[in-house]
Amino acid sequence: MRDRVRTVKKMLEEDEDFLESETQLTDDQKIEIAKWFLLNAPAGEIQYVAKDVRAILKDENIYKKAAEESFPSYNKSHLICLEFPNRSGDVLITSFSEVDKDEYLDPRTAQVARVDHVKQVCKDVRPARDEELPSAFVEEYRSAMDAEIMKYVSETYPKGISSVYCTKGKDVEEPGFDFELVVVISAARHSPQNFCNGSWRSIWNIEFKDEIQSVEVRGEMQVGAHYFEEGNVQLDAKHECKDTTLIQSPDDSAFSLVNIIRHHETEYLASLQTSYLKLPDTTFKDLRRKLPVTRTLFPWHNTAQFSLTRDIEKELGIGK
Amino acid sequence: MEAAMGLMRRIPPKHTETALSALLSLLPEHSSDLLSQVDQPLQVLCDMESGKEFILCEYNRDADSYRSPWSNKYHPPLEDAPQPSLELRKLEVEANEVFAIYRDHFTDQNTVRYYEGGISSVYMWEDENEGFVACFLIKKDGSKTGHGRRGYLQEGAWDAIHVIEVGPEEEEIVQYCLTSTVMLTLTTDNESSGSFNLSGSIRRQMSMKLSVSEGHLCNMGKMIEEMEGKLRNSLDQVYFGKTNEMVCTLRPPAELVQMKLPDT
Repeated sequence: MRDRVRTVKKMLEEDEDFLESETQLTDDQKIEIAKWFLLNAPAGEIQYVAKDVRAILKDENIYKKAAEESFPSYNKSHLICLEFPNRSGDVLITSFSEVDKDEYLDPRTAQVARVDHVKQVCKDVRPARDEELPSAFVEEYRSAMDAEIMKYVSETYPKGISSVYCTKGKDVEEPGFDFELVVVISAARHSPQNFCNGSWRSIWNIEFKDEIQSVEVRGEMQVGAHYFEEGNVQLDAKHECKDTTLIQSPDDSAFSLVNIIRHHETEYLASLQTSYLKLPDTTFKDLRRKLPVTRTLFPWHNTAQFSLTRDIEKELGIGK
Repeated sequence: MEAAMGLMRRIPPKHTETALSALLSLLPEHSSDLLSQVDQPLQVLCDMESGKEFILCEYNRDADSYRSPWSNKYHPPLEDAPQPSLELRKLEVEANEVFAIYRDHFTDQNTVRYYEGGISSVYMWEDENEGFVACFLIKKDGSKTGHGRRGYLQEGAWDAIHVIEVGPEEEEIVQYCLTSTVMLTLTTDNESSGSFNLSGSIRRQMSMKLSVSEGHLCNMGKMIEEMEGKLRNSLDQVYFGKTNEMVCTLRPPAELVQMKLPDT
């Protein structure tokens, strides 16, 4: 190992002049690089990445700027979950619940949480204002959906958190208009002591279309896992799907919509399991076989035979 | 440097190249450490003389040129560039030939091919302490459009780097120090199950004292074969397995069984 380093060092010595003459990065370029690292942190690992980035930058101002610009988008895209300071529940950080840059709505408790993105904590809560909440009519659909989803998530995800937001038509007061709900499910597991982190995120867009009396469902599921004991291996899987159902009463709609979600998520998990099952014998084989076709080790002690065969192949013009 | 290595453990392995060049630009004073400790996906160039492709790495580079193991010439041409000694070059030629067969070639007697395609290159150079260093490289594109025989992969790359330090001979015994890295990424993508990507990199070391009676090539080859088998197995069984375990922790599949029952 040491020799290897030495060899590369020797090779690099000749390049030192080149390196020294290279122009220094501007602060903006450094910020961009730092942001790239932060945004590419695996689920649950941005604080570790931030610590390393900070140590490498050795410049608090640059680090602060990069952190301020990347943490909010990381928190939202990873659907992270923060606990209210009064322990009255959790708030999910999502683009659907964003009231303001630092304020996120929890429709279940009708509270708005003020968060510190970089520290990833909820600083305080205030009751939501009326204009931040949906009309009584939409709320009936939303809360019915929320209750059903909560039940489903608690049965299915050991550490799952869910929320239902109204993203369009929240002021609709009666049938005859369109509105849209979004269901967010986020389940994360962090066990750095086992060198393993992962997250399951699903976002379900549910459009109530009054004119055709139907509900259009669009789902996006994303699963990530990172195992890093003496190595770095990551899973990154995504899937999108669509479905439709009819508009019914709030309770009946919630029931059939959660069934649709359950069905697609169960199928997706099954297809992930199939992908894993196929690995050893099909997919991975295209990269490297476990054993050669002959199922014997390579005859290293007798490689002279190959040169001979190759000479013959060359003569016959059949060699590669 | 410690922080840089910390980042490399976390950034998705499919972004290794970007991450390394970002670190190099932030830490130019550590470039030699970074280049020797962070392995990056292998690049390929075509040897103009033999028409064969060869793999580029730090070990066959001088300035901006790379030496081809096939013609022994630098691409682009470079004057006064270092060459291995005649004796070592002979072993290098033989190693390249044999390793290409190990990778993918037919013989009359049997079919020995671990990779079914791919590119390999072997480079050797003299060491300061009477021994030498050999670097065995294999690159395989297992995607549908590359050398993937079965056509399952949208994207699939396997890069293996084996560096062996061969010590001086002492009473017919030689110490071999092998450091191996495998980097891989594989993606399947279809409408019913979406995109599924696994990427990873692991590095392991192995040392052996062996008799030279069978020759260096035989000793090195056996060590590499054993190591590649181990790395492939631990990626397949341990590393991929752990990510699958994580998925099952997030959403235990027990429900699958219960769900399927009413239908049947």
